[in-house]
Amino acid sequence: MDIDLLSNIFFAMVRTGTPLLLVALGEMVCEKSGVLNLGQEGMMLFGAVTGFIVAFSTGNLWLGVMLAMAAGMLLSMLFAAVALGFNANQVATGLALTIFGVGLSTFVGAAWVGKPLTGFEPVVIPLLSDIPLIGRMLFAQDLLIYLSFVLFALVAWVMLKTRIGLIVQAVGENPDAASAMGLPVLRVRTLAVLFGGAMAGLAGAYLSLAYTPMWAENMTAGRGWIALALVVFASWRVFRVLLGAYLFGLASIIHLVAQGVGLSIPSNLLAMLPYLATIVVLVLLSRDPIKTRLFAPVSLGKPWQPGH
Amino acid sequence: MQKKSKKPLLRALVAALGFSAAMSASAADPLKVGFVYIGPIGDHGWTYQHEQGRKMLAEQMGDKVETSFVENVPEGADAERVIRNMAKSGYDLIFTTSFGYMNPTLKVAKQFPKVTFEHATGYKQAKNLGTYLSRSYEGRYVGGYLAAKMTKTKKIGYIASFPIPEVIRDINSIQLALDKYNPGTEIKVVWVNSWFDPGKESDAANALIDQGVDVVFQHTDSPAPIQTAERRGVYAVGYASDMQHFGPKAVLTSIVNNWGPHYIKSAQAVIDGNWKSQDYWGGLNDDTIQLPISDLVPADVKAEAEQIEASIKSGEFHPFTGPIKDQSGAVKIADGVVATNAELASMNYYVENVKAELPK
Repeated sequence: MDIDLLSNIFFAMVRTGTPLLLVALGEMVCEKSGVLNLGQEGMMLFGAVTGFIVAFSTGNLWLGVMLAMAAGMLLSMLFAAVALGFNANQVATGLALTIFGVGLSTFVGAAWVGKPLTGFEPVVIPLLSDIPLIGRMLFAQDLLIYLSFVLFALVAWVMLKTRIGLIVQAVGENPDAASAMGLPVLRVRTLAVLFGGAMAGLAGAYLSLAYTPMWAENMTAGRGWIALALVVFASWRVFRVLLGAYLFGLASIIHLVAQGVGLSIPSNLLAMLPYLATIVVLVLLSRDPIKTRLFAPVSLGKPWQPGH
Repeated sequence: MQKKSKKPLLRALVAALGFSAAMSASAADPLKVGFVYIGPIGDHGWTYQHEQGRKMLAEQMGDKVETSFVENVPEGADAERVIRNMAKSGYDLIFTTSFGYMNPTLKVAKQFPKVTFEHATGYKQAKNLGTYLSRSYEGRYVGGYLAAKMTKTKKIGYIASFPIPEVIRDINSIQLALDKYNPGTEIKVVWVNSWFDPGKESDAANALIDQGVDVVFQHTDSPAPIQTAERRGVYAVGYASDMQHFGPKAVLTSIVNNWGPHYIKSAQAVIDGNWKSQDYWGGLNDDTIQLPISDLVPADVKAEAEQIEASIKSGEFHPFTGPIKDQSGAVKIADGVVATNAELASMNYYVENVKAELPK
C-alpha cells in the first residue's frame, strides 16, 4: 500500500466518521445523565432538512447549521417533555421521536428534493496539510469537521475535568443521591437531552450541507442507529467515542477503497464489522457485573421523579 | 387519491389498518392502481422516476384510475405483506418496482388470480403477473461511448448496488463500448450493497476518483456521486433521472427511465380487458430510456453518440452482438448472434475485458 492511498483512506475515514462522532458525543452526554434517547435518527433528519432549507433559501450555510441545531433541540425538547416531564418510557418515546422525525423531515422537505447546493468546501491549511499520512486527514477538511474537533475537545474537557461533568455523571449514576445533595436532577437531564438534540441536528447539517450537499429523504441511512451502537461500543468513554467513530467510519469505507484498488474483500462482511464489534463489547461488558457497573451509567433509561 | 407511509413501524400500521379502511370507502368504478417502491419518492433517482410515471398515469387517465403508492418498502417479508394488503384491499393492478420484490410478488399473484401484477426488472411471470424493465444497457452503451471519448486516464468507475443481472449487464455494456471506441480502457467496479445511501455513494465515488477514474457511472439512486464528481472535477453519467443540474460541469448524460407511457398502456389494457402477461422490455426506441446529452460533449462526439443511439433505436445495432466472451475466454454469445432477452435477463458473468471479480 502506498502512502497516498493510506492518506486518502485516513482522509475519508474522518469524513465518514464525523457525523457518527457528532451524534455519539451528544448521545453519550445524554446517556451519562441517565437518559436513553433513541430518537437520534429522527433528530438528525430534521436537522438535515432544516439546515438545507435555510441554507438554500438564505444562501447562508452557517445560518443553516445554527437552525439545524435548533431543530434538533426542538425535537429533543419534545422528548424531554414526554420522557422526563411525564415520566414516559424512554425507549418507546425515543422510537416514536425517530418515526416522527423521519416523517416530519420528509413532509417539510418534499419541495426541496433534487435541488443542488454548494455546500461547505474543504479549507486546506497550507504546510500542515502536506504532512505525510495525517496532513490531509486533519488539515484539508471542511469547516464543520474542524468544528467537530473543537466540540470533541470541549466535551472531553467538560466531562472529564469540570464540575459540570461530575454533576452529569452523578445524576446518571444515582439520581436519588444527587437529588438529596441538592442537585436539580431533572434540569440537568433536560439540558443533557437538549445538548444531544443540538449535536444530532449538527450531524444532520453536516450531511446535508457538507458531506453530500443536498436533501434526500432518509439520507441519514441509519447513521443515527450506528451512533447509538457506537456509544455502547465506547463504553461511555469520551475518547473511545472518538476512536470508535473513526473506526466505524473506516469500516464503512475500507471495502469501497479496497474494491477501487482491485482487492476483492467480502464487502458484506466488512460492513457488518461495527455491529459485530458492538455485540462483542456488550457481551464482554455484561459478563462481569463489576465492569458493567463501572461503565454503564447505573440509572440509564430508568424514569425518575423527585420525591420517589 | 394517494396514500403513503414512512417508516417500518408506520408502514406496518398502514399495511395492517390503513389500506382496508380507506379502500372500502371509495366507489368500485375507477381502476385501482397500486405502486410499491423500494426507496423514498424523494430520492431523485429510481423511485422518483417511477413516481413521475405514476403521476403521468394519474394525470392522463384522470378519473379512470385511482392510484396510490407505498414507499420505502424493504425487499423481503415486508414487501410480501405490503403487496398482499394491496391485493386484499381491492387493487386491480399492482406495480412492484424493485428486483427483490420478485418472489413476494409471485407468491401474492398466485393467491390473488383476479388481480393483475407487474414486476419491474425481474424474470418470473405468471398468468396474472407480467414483468417489465428498461433496457438501461442501451443507455449505458451510449454512455460508455461518451466515456471512451472523454476519458484521459483510461479508467472508468462504476458504483454498483447488488450483483444482479441488471447491474452486471450494464457494466458489460459499458465495457463493450470501451473495447470498441477506446481499447484498453478499464472499468473499476465498487459495490456499495445499497440502492440508496448518499453518503456511501459519495464515498465510493471518492474512492474511485482517488484511483484515477475520470468518468463515474452509478447504478444507485441518489445524485451524490454526481456532486462528488463535480467537486473533484471529473465526468459522470447520471442514472434513473436527469441529474444534469447536480453537476453541470460533470454530467455527460443521464440514463433517464421514463415509465409513464408503459404504466398508461398497462392500465388501459386492464380496463379494456385485453391485458396479457408479458415480459416487456422498453428501451430507447419507445422512449422508456431517454438520454439528454450535455453540451460538455464536443459536437462531433455528440453527433456520433446520436448516431449510435439511432442505430440502436432502429434495431440495426444491438450492444450485445457476438462474439462475446466471458472473463475465462469462453464464448457466451456466438459470432454475429444477438443476445436473446432470456440471455440478457440471466447474465451472471462479466465480459472478457472487465478486470474486476464478481462478488460471490
